[in-house]
Amino acid sequence: MSSFSLAVRDSSTMLRRNLLHARRYPSLTLNLLLTPVMLLLLFVYIFGDTMSGGAGRSAYIAYIVPGILLMTIGSTVVGTAVSVATDMNEGIIARFRTMAIHRGSVLFGHVVGSVLQAVVSVVLVGAVGVAMGFRSTDATAVEWLAALGLLVLFSLAVTWIAVGMGMGSPNAEAASNNAMPLILLPLISSAFVPLHSMPGWFQPIARYQPFTPAIETLRGLLLGTEIGNNGWIAIAWCLGLTVLGHRWSKAQFDRDPE
Amino acid sequence: MTDPAIAAHGLRKSYGDKTVLDGIDLTVPEATVFSLLGPNGAGKTTAVKILSTLVSPDPGSGPIRVGGHDLATDAQAARATIGVTGQFSAVDGLITGQENMLLMADLHHLSRSEGRRVTAELLERFDLAEAARKPASTYSGGMKRRLDIAMTLVGGPRIIFLDEPTTGLDPRSRHNMWQIIRELVTGGTTVFLTTQYLEEADELADRIAVLDDGRIAAEGTAEELKRIVPGGHVRLRFTDPAAYRSAAASLGDASHDDEALALHLPSDGSQRELRAVLDRLDAAGVEADELTVHTPDLDDVFFALTGGTAPSRPNKSNQPNQPEEAVR
Repeated sequence: MSSFSLAVRDSSTMLRRNLLHARRYPSLTLNLLLTPVMLLLLFVYIFGDTMSGGAGRSAYIAYIVPGILLMTIGSTVVGTAVSVATDMNEGIIARFRTMAIHRGSVLFGHVVGSVLQAVVSVVLVGAVGVAMGFRSTDATAVEWLAALGLLVLFSLAVTWIAVGMGMGSPNAEAASNNAMPLILLPLISSAFVPLHSMPGWFQPIARYQPFTPAIETLRGLLLGTEIGNNGWIAIAWCLGLTVLGHRWSKAQFDRDPE
Repeated sequence: MTDPAIAAHGLRKSYGDKTVLDGIDLTVPEATVFSLLGPNGAGKTTAVKILSTLVSPDPGSGPIRVGGHDLATDAQAARATIGVTGQFSAVDGLITGQENMLLMADLHHLSRSEGRRVTAELLERFDLAEAARKPASTYSGGMKRRLDIAMTLVGGPRIIFLDEPTTGLDPRSRHNMWQIIRELVTGGTTVFLTTQYLEEADELADRIAVLDDGRIAAEGTAEELKRIVPGGHVRLRFTDPAAYRSAAASLGDASHDDEALALHLPSDGSQRELRAVLDRLDAAGVEADELTVHTPDLDDVFFALTGGTAPSRPNKSNQPNQPEEAVR
């Protein structure tokens, strides 16, 4: 068997294992969905009238749904960090290491499973948004496809980072703490209010991080706002984080276990 | 087969400044059982981890070949020949026993029908067919251990590493495990076994190496090792401390075990020597409450080699089937 088909075959076996875990124990994934849905409800129905600055509720829903969708991804992959950390403490990982399987397949299984879960989560949260009145204005099929592509690419990037965080954490609790930035970063992005409404000293913090350009790009694709350079910046962030996360995770996996 | 199943030279491993393995040599011929015997912390598990490719040896180690493949250059080929059951359960607790088995079948690239056949066969053989559809996390310790070994056997490995396979098993499960190991070896599999049970090594192993403090203290067949220690002894136990003291005073050459109120007189276990001992006791007016004849066993070898003292013999009662005859 060529090493490529070995990689595909073993990775899909590992993916099946992870999906089986997710199907048997769906509570972790569902709990993680609560955060973005709660924030969506809170910001629209409780703070909405103030936050929108008088522009109206439906305008504000349209403004925050893209941010909420990317936040959903950040929140889902926290679950990935937790399950990777838990998994690495299991004896079965030691067994995998002594088998003649594709070395990366353990991690690839987690990554592909996590991206699939993130996409399903985005669809579920998106459906809540639509139920609350979110409508995409005049997005073409190409723009929809690009939006989907961006969401998948972004999921892949933060998943690899989350896998690295999970590998570096001794247990589930530590993994959950270490992955907090993935939930906090969207809160200090342009998800809820525009950058220019923030204090001047804070604007660079909100601007130079992966969530803001991705949110602005998604907004542009779904709502026709100005994308500018944000598309390229978002793609660069995604590719950079993917490479970084992959290398970090692989280095940790290749190290001798304790 | 001219190539041994396992051949390691100058195996070294240290963690920080603690040397765990200090240059050990191991050779295991095909289709034999090799047992690494040693107290806790002797380095047994580290040796298994290195030979099974889980951790890498220190750069100062010599060449290590497993299944004919050099671990340094072709670990993946070596992995294809081995199966490992470590000390800690290597089953996926979140899925069922059957799913664990099918996972192994998939990773060994068996066809679907072949995978199902092997799974059903092994679950049956390890008495797990009934529990096959329950999550492995609900299994008892013994069941998890059996599932663990069943998973190890899925790919039909030629060399099997078992790190303390019967620790924590009840006597019946232990004997079943021994039976399984014997069957595997009859079928041509090589077994590398670590244990702290001397009886287990005696029962199963063709060759035994005693590992102590990172070095091989002795190696040979069980018989060869037993010859290392001098003859056996007669053990006299007293319940009355006063009787014990007077007996100790009159039997000058006996070694003392003050805590157990026991004396040990050298003896090879023959009828003639036993009679001589009894005559001495009569002459000295000593009446022991219990007399046992002890022929040398691996316990003696173990304690003699690992720096323990044989006469005090701790945890005696935990060792089943002692080669002792009680004479009251």
